[in-house]
Formats: sequence, C-alpha cells, structure tokens
Amino acid sequence: MDKIPILRMGAFLLVTIQVDLYDRLALNLEADLVQMVNKTNAKGVLIDISAVSIVDSFMGRIIGNIASMSKILDAETVVVGMQPAVAITLIELGLPLKGVHTALDMEKGMNLLKSMIEETEEDADEDQTNDDFITE
Amino acid sequence: MSQKTYQLLKNKKKNILELWMKNQLADEGLREDLISNDELRSQSEELITALVSNLSGDNFTNLDSDEWSPVIEILGGIAITRARQGFSPRETGNFVFSLKEALLEVLQQEISDDPKTLFTESLKINRMMDSLSVVTFETFIKGREEVILRQTDEITEISTPVIRVWDGILALPIIGTLDSARTQIVMENLLQEIVETGSSIAILDISGVPAVDSLVAQHLIKTVSATRLMGAECIISGIRPEIAQTVVHLGIDLSNIITKATLASALAYSFKVMRLEVKKISTVTKF
Repeated sequence: MDKIPILRMGAFLLVTIQVDLYDRLALNLEADLVQMVNKTNAKGVLIDISAVSIVDSFMGRIIGNIASMSKILDAETVVVGMQPAVAITLIELGLPLKGVHTALDMEKGMNLLKSMIEETEEDADEDQTNDDFITE
Repeated sequence: MSQKTYQLLKNKKKNILELWMKNQLADEGLREDLISNDELRSQSEELITALVSNLSGDNFTNLDSDEWSPVIEILGGIAITRARQGFSPRETGNFVFSLKEALLEVLQQEISDDPKTLFTESLKINRMMDSLSVVTFETFIKGREEVILRQTDEITEISTPVIRVWDGILALPIIGTLDSARTQIVMENLLQEIVETGSSIAILDISGVPAVDSLVAQHLIKTVSATRLMGAECIISGIRPEIAQTVVHLGIDLSNIITKATLASALAYSFKVMRLEVKKISTVTKF
C-alpha cells in the first residue's frame, strides 16, 4: 500500500505529494498527518503539491480538512506549488480553499510559516519589543 | 438556353466585354483607388471567358453541377479579394449586375425581331446571373467573416499582456469587456506568468473595462481566488467611481479582495508588502 511520507523539520512537518492522489491515499494522508501533528507538536504543516496535476472536489475538501484540523491542533497549513491548471479547476469547482495559506514554492512557504509562527509568539508575549525580526 | 443564343453570345463575347467595361467604368462607385482599370479588365475577361464557354451545358441554371465550378471558383476568388481589399457589398454586387446588363443589352440588339424568344432567353440569363450574384455575396461575406475572425484572434492575443513591473510584481491591464472566454485566457496567462517569474503580487488593472456587472465581478473574483491558490496576492486597481457605485448597488462583496483606486497606489501597496522603499535622492546623479 502506498504511503505518503511526512517529514519533520524543526517545528514543521513537510509533505511532498509526488503521485496523483486517489481517495484512499488522501484519506490516509489526512489521518497520518493529524496523528503526526499531535505527536510532534508541530507548529506548521507544509504541503507541496507541485507534482499534482489532477484534482477533484474530494481532494480539494481533503486539503481544506487538513488545514482545519491542523488549525485546531495549533498548526498552520501552507499549500505550496499549485499548478495553474489545478488552481483554475479548484476555482471552477467552487473551492477557493478558505483558511488555507498558499505560497508559490517551498522556500516562500517556509518563510511564510516562520513569519506566522513568530507573529503568534509575539502576540503571546506582549512584553517583547516590536522589532522587525522576521527573516526574509 | 438555345444553341442559337449560345452561339450568339459566344460570338459577341468581345462586345459583351466592352459593354460590361463601359458599364463598370461609368459607374459612380468605381474604386480606382482599390483596383486599376487594367486589372479590372483582366478580371472581367477571365470571368466572361469561363462563363461563355460554360453556357452550352444543359444544366446551366444548376450551379451545383461540376460544369459551373470553374466559373464559381473565379467569381469566388474575385469576391474574396474584394472583401479583403475593402470593397463595399454594393460595389462588389455592381460588378456582377453590370455584367447582366451587358448580356441583356447584347441579347436585345441581336434578337430584336422576335420578342417572345427575347423574353424567354432574357429570363434564363436573368436567373443565371441572379444565382451568380448570390454566390458572389456568399463568398464576399465569407471573406469578410474571415477578416473579422482573424482580427478577433489578434485582439485576444494583444489585449491580455502580462507586464513585469518589478521583480516579483506583475501587472495585467485589462482593456475591453471581460467575458468568460477572455477571463479564462487572462487567468491562464496570469497564472502561467506567476509560475514562470515566481512573482508574489499580481495587479489587475481594470481601468480599461467599460462596465462591471455581476458576471464580470464574478470573473474578477475567480481570477483573484485562483491567484491566491497559487500562493500569490492579487490586487484589483483602476476602479472608477461609477464602477464602485455599480458594484455596491449590485450588492457584490469585494471586501476580501484588496482594491486600489489607481495602479500607482496598487504599486505603492505592493512595495510596502515586499518591504521595498522608493525615495528621492538628494543629489542629482548623471546617468
């Protein structure tokens, strides 16, 4: 049975989807990922879908679900590298993926996650100075 | 058509041509700027030769028959060239109608003693020439449509340029009405360009869009959402006061889209997002 690997990198989890997702695989990924977020106490999830060329409404919903679930477990989700055709399809299907953060590539997604986490830390600790220390 | 008339027309071919040329040259609508007299004469002669050699056939009123194909080909060629050269339908029509006049005139001169034959033969020639005029118009319109189709293609090509205004900032000025087909092209071009350049901000400038109704707004929202899915931010700029009014009156919710009044303010906003600064330098440096 195929499995999509989930890599841990510091406070983030990396998921690179290299194959076209079928329904069972997507459901497994959802379950594994939530387990993994819980276990590692991850602050961010980065999903790279640059190799995915076909999506349907089910896939769109799974991505949305992952984002919502991670959010409940206090982790932000960033989807990176979406193909133009995939983006158009999702829009035509009426799935604008609200609540999911997006970035052009892995690097930008990583920066986005870092800045988001630093922001939340800033919010949590009001005493901290308002210096701009977000790495760009 | 009787053999007699056919022979008569065949013998009088030169006369007919002369008469036809006279008719054409006398016409007020003659376009000497578009076609020279010599060219006109050679065109006419070619057509008349094909026509006369064809009259002997039995089914001379049936234009679908194979015998007619050379004539129709010549006529079609003339009509299409004229459509491209910019002749008006009237001028193209007159080209064929004046031939009819010439034919009838010759016929009248030759069969003046027998009114009954003259009438039946004229009727036949009339019918034949009318069919030919219809063919001319059909080809003429087809030629025009080809021109229009080509222009439409060109307009869609040139009207959706994606401009790279800064490293990481794309601008897309939209000029003309946005319909579904165009939105699709705009969206595809924009998303493709975002991937190629790795830009994180796209500015959609709609100052050239004449009107925004709920459908156009829907298209814009779609484009913005698709850009967002790709991981880039989309700003809509160039919203004129009238458009702002209609959007609000139609109850379209643009609140989760960044909108700016001008391209300049959208660019300023992009600079702010990208943490860039534009400032005036104190000393003048020579370039």
